[in-house]
Amino acid sequence: MSAWRCPGCGYVYDEAAGHPREGFPPGTPWSEVPDDWHCPDCGIYDKIDFEPGAGEDG
Amino acid sequence: MEAATHSHDHADVELNPASWTDSKRYAWLLGLVVPLLPFIAWALVELTGLGVFWFFGPFLVFVLFPVADLLVGMDAENPPDSIISWLEQDRYYRWCTYAFIPLQYAGLVFASWLWADGGLSTIDSLGLALTMAMVSGIAINTAHELGHKRADLEKWLSKVALAQSGYGHFFIEHNRGHHVRVATPEDPASARLGESFWAFLPRTVAGSLGSAWGLERARLARLDRSPWSIHNDILQAWAMTVALFAALTIAFGPVVLPFLLLQAVLGFSLLEVVNYLEHYGLLRQKREDGRYERCLPQHSWNSNNVASNVLLYHLQRHSDHHANPTRRYQALRHVDEAPQLPTGYAGMILLAWFPPLWRRVMDRRLVDHYGGDLSRANVQPRARRKVLARYGSAGA
Repeated sequence: MSAWRCPGCGYVYDEAAGHPREGFPPGTPWSEVPDDWHCPDCGIYDKIDFEPGAGEDG
Repeated sequence: MEAATHSHDHADVELNPASWTDSKRYAWLLGLVVPLLPFIAWALVELTGLGVFWFFGPFLVFVLFPVADLLVGMDAENPPDSIISWLEQDRYYRWCTYAFIPLQYAGLVFASWLWADGGLSTIDSLGLALTMAMVSGIAINTAHELGHKRADLEKWLSKVALAQSGYGHFFIEHNRGHHVRVATPEDPASARLGESFWAFLPRTVAGSLGSAWGLERARLARLDRSPWSIHNDILQAWAMTVALFAALTIAFGPVVLPFLLLQAVLGFSLLEVVNYLEHYGLLRQKREDGRYERCLPQHSWNSNNVASNVLLYHLQRHSDHHANPTRRYQALRHVDEAPQLPTGYAGMILLAWFPPLWRRVMDRRLVDHYGGDLSRANVQPRARRKVLARYGSAGA
């Protein structure tokens, strides 16, 4: 399981946790998240802008 | 992150919370004057015997605050970078916004009682409805602050604050629609050069509603659910408004319903006139790959007028808000690169209502912002020829 991080606000999409409210149950791989999905917290960055890894600093 | 986008920081000062004090810390409590407006109006009427004070809400917002902006002036002070996360986690500031909501609904119940049993004339009742519209509209600003936060409690409080104006779809559309498409022709809530407020109003109201519904339908489709379900956040938020207005009608009688509807419509119209001025004519350019450039400081109009900023939780530091949407109001920064409005939002609203005045003040400012090249502005398609003829444009 891997994680992807919004480069703006630091939101992390963790495949293990998914984002059930957005329609991605736990275990949903990043590849199944549609390309036009935006960061659910800041709305500035699209999926394709996300960076691999959970990262530490915001 | 956006380290290059601010100024007036205090890099030379020793950077710990003890070395910096927030000059606006207690001023934020003034925001609570707004939900107290029906009580203040009532007290002024009682004290003076003058019914005209039922109109105190619009008088405060459209007369006292524009004048206060001119008298009190500007403040470009920024908290130092190293203080921001400390400042954001100070819970005092969020309690200032939470406290708005119980006062807001105490005021709505009080106003309903006044409409029903307060012995008000029709004109007094209309005045009180206008005062309640100020509460409704500015409550959308409080909801805006809360709706951007990650915590479920704050998201829920945001929905509650929106119930009075019936604008529950705002917190979907604003965060997931407006912030994504801001300063593009695709955003219903970004006004265009040559578009009057009166043309913008129906476009933003209908467009934002349609967009919010589309976003929620797409989310629910991923969950294999119909949009017509109790899981639809828009329907949940609207149900709060229906329940609220129904409860007040049952408690105080049908006489309150027209006033409740009137204050809701005028309330969300107040929010929309603020939307009108926040991004007027500003445009993000398209990159070579067909995507829009990221929202930059130059894509929002800003104002450092202290009075309006305190009233609106720093909403006028709008560029930093779009760069860092989850940042709490007390930590928002003035940005030098942002285009500046000639006065605070309260005064700009008055101009927006009178399109010839608005054009006179704002169009030239926008033309200057783009160095005369209006091909870089967000121009109303129907007005394009007229606008280009009036301002002459290189390269458009």
